[in-house]
Amino acid sequence: MTESANAPLQDPSPDGRFGDFGGQFVPETLVPACQELEREFRAAWVDPSFRADLDHLLAEYAGRPSPLTECHNLSEEFGCRLFVKREDLNHTGSHKINNVLGQALLAKRMGKTRLVAETGAGQHGVATATAAALMDMECCVFMGEVDVARQELNVFRMRLLGAEVRTAMSGSRTLKDAVNEAMRDWVATVVESHYCLGSVNGPHPYPWMVRTFHEVLGREARDQSEAVLGAPPDVVVACVGGGSNAIGIFSGFADAPTELVGVEPAGGAAIGRGVPGVVHGSVSYLMQDEFGQVQEAESISAGLDYPGVGPEHAHLSASGRARYEPVTDAEVVEAFQLMSRAEGIIPALESAHALAWISRERASLAGKSVVMNLSGRGDKDVAQMMDILS
Amino acid sequence: MSAGPFEAALRARRDAGGKCLVVYVTGGLGDDWLDTARAVAAAGADAIEIGVPFSDPVMDGPTIQAANDLALAAGATPTGILDALRGADVGAPLAVMTYYNIAFRMGLERFAESLVAAGVSGCILPDLPLEEAGPWLEAAGVAGVEPILLAAPTAPDERLPEICAVSRGFVYGVGLLGVTGVRSELAASAVEIATRLKPVTDLPVLVGVGIGTPEQAVEASAHGDGVIVGSAVVQRMVDGAGPEGVGELVASFRAALDAG
Ligand SMILES: Cc1ncc(COP(=O)(O)O)c(C=O)c1O
Repeated sequence: MTESANAPLQDPSPDGRFGDFGGQFVPETLVPACQELEREFRAAWVDPSFRADLDHLLAEYAGRPSPLTECHNLSEEFGCRLFVKREDLNHTGSHKINNVLGQALLAKRMGKTRLVAETGAGQHGVATATAAALMDMECCVFMGEVDVARQELNVFRMRLLGAEVRTAMSGSRTLKDAVNEAMRDWVATVVESHYCLGSVNGPHPYPWMVRTFHEVLGREARDQSEAVLGAPPDVVVACVGGGSNAIGIFSGFADAPTELVGVEPAGGAAIGRGVPGVVHGSVSYLMQDEFGQVQEAESISAGLDYPGVGPEHAHLSASGRARYEPVTDAEVVEAFQLMSRAEGIIPALESAHALAWISRERASLAGKSVVMNLSGRGDKDVAQMMDILS
Repeated sequence: MSAGPFEAALRARRDAGGKCLVVYVTGGLGDDWLDTARAVAAAGADAIEIGVPFSDPVMDGPTIQAANDLALAAGATPTGILDALRGADVGAPLAVMTYYNIAFRMGLERFAESLVAAGVSGCILPDLPLEEAGPWLEAAGVAGVEPILLAAPTAPDERLPEICAVSRGFVYGVGLLGVTGVRSELAASAVEIATRLKPVTDLPVLVGVGIGTPEQAVEASAHGDGVIVGSAVVQRMVDGAGPEGVGELVASFRAALDAG
């Protein structure tokens, strides 16, 4: 293998930029809170007792490290060597818990008593409700009306965990609108509330902080894949909504000669179809019309049904370090069933996007080693799939 | 530096010993929004904010959101609204209130020039905080637009003079922790923000967000130079009160402020 010219992921500039993307475009009311969050995060991250508390929770509560599973049956079918990083086996069923435990600990440390969150698929909402229950905090989760209907099970889980779930009725009534409502709530409750944002979007320091909390999964995947392969894999693949599971796994391989591929839903392809814009606190690629009105995404997967993307992905795309590819809903439904039958693993519809791309690209991936982030399990999607498949 | 038309109108009111009244009207809401703006001016508003609807208005509560959605559904666009304003003599200086992406998408220079061409003096972008405002302040300065900045109750003391130093037209004191919308009572923070801003600037200090009744307007302007009224007026527009009905409401605010 040749020496890699690739570099690890960089920290953002002091003004919160990854290249031309990022920033802190929030109402004046929230500026002091964002600045305080950055200061507190920097201090906590170099505080051994904070790190020990987080590591303890990740291991003893969330069940880390998650395994890297070799998918022998799919490998044979595709003609490549496929491994999946089992974030589906984490407590609460997805990668989201890594970030949430970090933010909840930080919020506690900052003296906050209430967590506000947005959720699409409900996985981030469930993780936040879980952390709030564990740490005895109030929790309020905003979810679009469309998603409340298609992810009913997760709504019930959040309520069972003691969280209040508020339905966002504005706009497309999906993830974008849940973020709007969460930000409006935060503007009004900023003294007591921490906004527990669920992906690597939003104003600085969120994209950087959330990435940092997910780097654990990338480090594990790097070590685990090198232990089996003796070298980093040829390709790393992850689905991209806001981009947190993808940036988590990319972070482990950014300095390796590994190709990084993010998979977007064709109906929510911010990088594929967007142009730079500013919404939810940062400059990034955004699906919008000629006047700057944000367009509504349309995806089978509530967790990826979002017209924007985290600014660091915009930067990785612009710099060419990662590439971003769309898959259709039909390909995703196919991949969801394929993984279930071939490997006995029911993937989240979000994660099935990554597999859909691998399946489609099997010819070009032949003979290669591929690590896919299996960001979550599909139990939450079973009711929706029953409707689609019958 | 000489004051622009928006600031000049507010200073004139203040210098005459009065309290300033700025009224928000959603652009593109109904066929008669421009007539509503004229009626608002005739009823005694010193200046008018024209809301340019944006798909994701995070600083706005349910009333202005609903008005936005109605206007967008009826086909309102930033260029359409500015075209309608060009040459329309509304009878009071105008500012546009919209979100940063509308300006960013058009290009900051072009956006600023298009405001000037439409006869709009000022511009408020509630999701553009001081740290990110540099490029916009520059474009606005070159074109001759008055960039109106907000000052929030959460701002530490040292931040307020920094905001006032670059704001033109007036400084917009955010009256409460929260988004736009009528509240049953005036928040204590409305008086506080005016009281904190007055000693650090000679700009007119106006308080907005949560001013829904003439009584609240009087209370909120006691320590500052006046108020901005938004949701209460927009609700009247949504209810179909027409220019005349909206004008009556504005006149009641004017009368209360004049009576003190
Ligand atoms: C299992 C799973 N994967 C992926 C995502 C998408 O988020 P991100 O792009 O931040 O990883 C979600 C969001 O709900 C999810 O639940």
